[in-house]
Order: sequence, then C-alpha cells, then structure tokens
Amino acid sequence: MNSEKYQELIDKHKPKERRAKNALIAFIVGGIMGIIGQFLIDAYSNLFSISNSDAAVFMIMTLVFIACLFTAFGFFDNWVAFAKCGLIIPITGFAHSMTSSGMEYRKEGPIYGVGSNVFKLAGSVIFYGVVSAWTFGMIRLLIMGG
Amino acid sequence: MTFKYKNVYVGETATFAGPYEAKGLLKRKFDRITNDLYVGEKSWEKAEIKLSKESINILLQKIGKQATDINLIIAGDLLNQLVSSSYAIKDFSFPFLGIYSACANIMEGVIIAASMIDGGKIDNAIITTSSHNLSSEKQFRNPTEYGAPRPSTATFTATGGASLYLTNDKTDIKVEASTIGKIVDLGINDPNNMGAAMAPAAADTIYRHLKDLNRGVSYYDLILTGDLGIYGKKILIDYMNQEYNIDIKNNYDDCGTMLYNFNNQKEVLAGGSGPVCSALVIYSSIFEKMKKKELKKILLVPTGALFSPTIIYQKENILGIAHAVSMEVVE
Repeated sequence: MNSEKYQELIDKHKPKERRAKNALIAFIVGGIMGIIGQFLIDAYSNLFSISNSDAAVFMIMTLVFIACLFTAFGFFDNWVAFAKCGLIIPITGFAHSMTSSGMEYRKEGPIYGVGSNVFKLAGSVIFYGVVSAWTFGMIRLLIMGG
Repeated sequence: MTFKYKNVYVGETATFAGPYEAKGLLKRKFDRITNDLYVGEKSWEKAEIKLSKESINILLQKIGKQATDINLIIAGDLLNQLVSSSYAIKDFSFPFLGIYSACANIMEGVIIAASMIDGGKIDNAIITTSSHNLSSEKQFRNPTEYGAPRPSTATFTATGGASLYLTNDKTDIKVEASTIGKIVDLGINDPNNMGAAMAPAAADTIYRHLKDLNRGVSYYDLILTGDLGIYGKKILIDYMNQEYNIDIKNNYDDCGTMLYNFNNQKEVLAGGSGPVCSALVIYSSIFEKMKKKELKKILLVPTGALFSPTIIYQKENILGIAHAVSMEVVE
C-alpha cells in the first residue's frame, strides 16, 4: 500500500473534530474576556480618574496577573484546554505560556532552566511581533512619511 | 527474522502504576500504585526513575533473589539518553544493556534476553521499562501546565514502571517464538496520530510472523498490539484486511484501549501509550489470564513510534516499529 492510499484509509477512521462547537466556545469565552477587559478599563478610569489608554495598561496587567496566578494554582490549563482560542488569543494565553514554561523548567535552575526556557512558547510571539512591527512601521514611514 | 525458543520461561512480573492508571480498568491488579505524580521526588524525570527502580525492587522481592543472582538486565524508556533506565539501575550493580524502540521496548528486551537464555549464555534476565506522562509531555510536547488543546486521535502516555523476570527454570508460561520488526514508514508525520504511524509496522510484523511459522490467525487465542489506541486499532484491522487479506478482528485487542476507563477518563483521548502501557496490561492482566488458562497462546506485538520533536520539525515522517513475541501456557 502506498502512502496516498494509506492516507485515505486513515482519513476514513479519523474522528471528526467538533470545529463549530470549538469555535462557538472560543467566541463566547473570548467575548466574555473582552467584556471583562472593557469593564476593567471603565472601572480603573473612573476609580483612579485616569485616561482610557492608561486604564487599558492596568487592565492588561490585571489579566496577565490573574492568568499567571491561576496557572500557578494548576487549574488554568484545564480552562485553556476547554476554551481553546477563547483564552489563548487574548493576553491570557501569552501569560499562561510563559508561566507554564517557567514552572516546568525551574528544576533545572534559574539560568539553564527558567531563564533559557521561559520564552519556549512565547518566543515566537515576541519575535514575529517585533518583525511585523518593524515591517509595518517601515511601510508606514515610506508611504505616509511617518 | 523469526526464532523459536525451547527453554525460556516467564518467571515473575512487577508493576508500579501511577494515579491515572490506578483509576483505570486494571486498578486492583497492579503490585503497587501511587497517587502522587512526583512519587515523592522533586521532578518528573526523578519520579520516573523511582517508578522503574521500585518495580525492580518489587520483582526481586517476589522472586526472592539478590541483585547479584541476576545475570543481565535489559531496560529502555522514552527519555533522552535512556536516563530513567540507567539511573534506576545504577545502585543494583546488574550487567546492563540499554535498548530503544520506544513503546516496543519490552519485546525488544524479551527477544534479546530469550535468545541469550536459549543459547545458554545466561540463566536469567530482567527486562525493565518505564514511562511517565509528564516527563514525556515535557520532552515531546509542551510544558505540563500548558493547556494545549489536543485532537481526539492523540494518546496519553502511561505512568509507571514494570519489570519482567525471564528464566530457564520451568514455569507456567513459555516464551515460544519471536519475530523482529522492521521499520515501516507510510508517510505519517502527525505526532497526534501515532496509532496511524505504527499500525503498518504492527501489520508487517504480524504478517511475517504468521508466514514464517506457517500459522493462521486462529492459532492464537489473542493477538495484542501495544498502544495503537481506539483509532489505530480500527486502522490495523482494516489495513490487515486490505493489504494481506487477513482478518484479525475476532481475536485481536490493543493494550492502549485496555488500561483506562474511557467513560470517566476523558483526558486519555484515544487511549494509553508509552513503553509501560503494554507492560502494565500484559503483566497485570494477560499473564493472570494465562495462569488461569483462560488464554493459552498469545502473540504480543508492542508498537513503537521512532522520532524526536526535532526531526518532525525538520519535516521527516514518524517511523513505526513492532516486535512480536509468542507466549504459551505450558501444558
């Protein structure tokens, strides 16, 4: 049997992933995250009398802190596995990936463990974030003059 | 390559299973269980070493022998450079051979040991293997606290250590014949569907074994693969039919589907995997059935996926291997 024919055989036995259900859960959870974020921005800007953009920074810090803390408590991975992109795409996913990597490699010590592995999953996000920021910054500079 | 043995017997077995396995279908059959994934140690790797080491201790106790009475130990696991095996064995001062064929480790060990015992080079040997769900997650996938979504074809690495004592002293169960597997590559590169990567290797080994010994499927009361899982099992049945025109579905099962309770252990997805998966099932349940004469002739075909995360990222396929050992109840 060649590999094309074998692939057909495998596809026949492959269970269907529930994409619509996953997308719906991610949509709802992601939406709830958005509502929580907006609520925090409004609350911070009213409470401390600061601008919306300053309040947004505090909102991000709050969500990152909560995601890190819940990961450390050991139940956030179950939430992420359930909500999938609903919690991975928001800033909580980034915080979760860094905390989980940090926790995993602490046994190997602060340098060869945590230090060199904490960006194991998040490194790609940072790298391509910087690359795309630079690319689009250059495009904007060249076309719109800054 | 198929060999027959005249003088090799299964002495005793020892199993030490982790928390998920202790909640599974075979919970009462293990020699020892732990509810602590760390097994009292400080890291997943050290926990796996302890599982392996304790299984050897339990085995030595059961057979009533000292480490110095053992001629040879053959051990293998999944961790890089076989650290679980070598660190588990270091305090025993056994003559030691380390082997790797991933989840097919135990039968590679049995084939080597049985050949040496049958050839009169040694009188006895221990075959040990181990795996740990979280040390494997760490090495092959993501950090353990990272909640990466996984498809339902993915398997769940079993946690435990298991040892087997082979001897030339006659017992109830005889190692009758074996077939060494070949590497089979049918272009599968999805580490979340390893059952599909390994099924053709199992099929090839089973086919060659039956052909070399001129036997039919019905010669065996049970043909048992290692860790193909729910979907890999269906693939193997279908593949054997299409490729070799052999129907195995009446006396075939897979250890990966026998370890956990699928009704309330959803986290295991397609079933158990890891070198210790087939060892836990065979040592605790299958040998017991043989001793009760419920099963008389069985063919054990653990399956291994040979790859590393690095080579998969470099766009290579996952290779499959399976070694077959036939065991019989001594009449």
